[in-house]
Amino acid sequence: MEIVGYIFDNLGLIGERTLEHVAIVVVAVGLAILTGVPIGIAITQNQRAADIVLYVAAIIITVPSIALFGVMIPVLSVIGQGIGYLPAVIAVLLYSQLPIIRNTYTAISNVDPALREAAKGIGMTAAQRLRQVEIPLAVPVIMAGVRTAVVMNIGVAAIAAYIGAGGLGTFISRGISQTDPRQLITGALAVSVLAVAADFALLWLQRRLTPRGVSIPR
Amino acid sequence: MIRLDELTKIFDTPSGQVVASDRVDMEVPEGEICVLLGPSGCGKTTTMKMVNRLIEPTSGKIFIGDTDVTKQNPIELRRTIGYVIQQIGLFPNKTIEDNICAVPDLLGWDRKKSRARAAELLEMVALDPGTFLKRYPKELSGGQQQRVGVIRALAADPPVMLMDEPFGAIDPINREVIQDEFLRMQGDFKKTIMFVSHDIDEAVKMANRIAIFDAGKLIQYDAPDDLLAHPKNSFIADFVGGDRTLKRLRLITVGDAMMSDPPTVRAEDTLADAAAKMEEHGHISIVMVGPKGRARGIVYLSDARGAKGRVGENHKKLPASINAREDLRTAVSMMFTHDETSLAVVDDDGFYKGYVTQRGITHLLGATYRDA
Repeated sequence: MEIVGYIFDNLGLIGERTLEHVAIVVVAVGLAILTGVPIGIAITQNQRAADIVLYVAAIIITVPSIALFGVMIPVLSVIGQGIGYLPAVIAVLLYSQLPIIRNTYTAISNVDPALREAAKGIGMTAAQRLRQVEIPLAVPVIMAGVRTAVVMNIGVAAIAAYIGAGGLGTFISRGISQTDPRQLITGALAVSVLAVAADFALLWLQRRLTPRGVSIPR
Repeated sequence: MIRLDELTKIFDTPSGQVVASDRVDMEVPEGEICVLLGPSGCGKTTTMKMVNRLIEPTSGKIFIGDTDVTKQNPIELRRTIGYVIQQIGLFPNKTIEDNICAVPDLLGWDRKKSRARAAELLEMVALDPGTFLKRYPKELSGGQQQRVGVIRALAADPPVMLMDEPFGAIDPINREVIQDEFLRMQGDFKKTIMFVSHDIDEAVKMANRIAIFDAGKLIQYDAPDDLLAHPKNSFIADFVGGDRTLKRLRLITVGDAMMSDPPTVRAEDTLADAAAKMEEHGHISIVMVGPKGRARGIVYLSDARGAKGRVGENHKKLPASINAREDLRTAVSMMFTHDETSLAVVDDDGFYKGYVTQRGITHLLGATYRDA
């Protein structure tokens, strides 16, 4: 009951922290889409490049976030941004690459070769094939990658509280340092709710973006 | 007109060079269907795909009309060539309407014009535009999808079409229907068509000329009847099959094979007159016609000779008659079914036009050997 009381007393603060949290994830994943989707498409042209890129992205994702933040502190200190919002965004951006690149790559390379041949055979340029055929068909799978990235990185962004990036992680870090279960649980709960809500919102978006002709059952 | 001049394609594979097309020389005349036929791996598909440059030739030239397409921009070239593939390849994210208009849209046609054309083409393949224009490919059956695949290729009215086993994945009953539909449209459109198939029966049905390939080489290029009657070597003879002369039956209509102006009798004639007429012509039966000339019955010589009475009371039911537009394969099949050696031929309205006999058919099929 204490926790419920705490939550109700601090709704304004929770809202503020949630916005901070969302600002990190949305900006970083947004940028990751702008980089990851083109990379994912580009590497469909070259098997070797694809292997290398996917391997590197997989390695990045295995680096623990705390370690990544630690590495970035001296590097970004050069421009006075060693801690705070910028390294948090960069970390989320890096972690988002693998799901987004891999899903884009898989989706584009799995487009039915017959469709590619038909598109080519009727005189579409490579750009027209991508825009009119391959990307629309790849949307559901690319969006699934975006969802994975968002849900995973809502967790990563919580840890970014330790480098002063704000967000819901602040409740957790303070809850630990002040041995205050109310803050700890509030933070943990809020992060979970945000992750689930974001996943549902993106699922809705994924369905909206999927061309009707692709989603109808056969 | 499509003309291939010493067209060659050599693929470099890990196990060495493979000659897929070996100095192919051929010409498809304006408005004709040329079927490229052969076992898999014979080079027919490679040869066809060089025409729209999905495969770049190693050497040789390809002309469409007077233009050497190997010097043309491939994207622009493909927009002037209708292309139909076995897997159909309709874009699932686009409506039927947008699929049909894919090439007109690429060419920047006026939307109103292209959409009107889409509706018109759908009607030609017996799909109701009101029902189908706004549907998606997944909502159509395989046969319906391939009809749309064919009219998509026709949408921008290209003079030339390439068809890669277009009806190969369709069930046999639907295939016949779509082939007939396509031949009817071709009768109006007169496209110059290169059509890849591995099915000799399809080739005989669709082709003005058949080109048979083996191991990258064009072995024989002839009209279907010549090919079936005079295979150039044992490979071709084996490929077209031991029943190749039977296949020729499909190429000739009953109307072309029948004896016209046949002797007839009427109901009021006497059996003696009928017998005299049959003996005069050396026939063993004679058809009785109605007042306007419709085939009504038959009188056999064995029944009429020496018998009294009139034809009207003594004729038998006509065992079978055949429309003049049917092919000889159907005629022969009908003769076997009814244990008859001749059939009465009628037109669409049932008027008696002539007769075909087994003897006449064998004589006709044999003509090509006697002249040679």
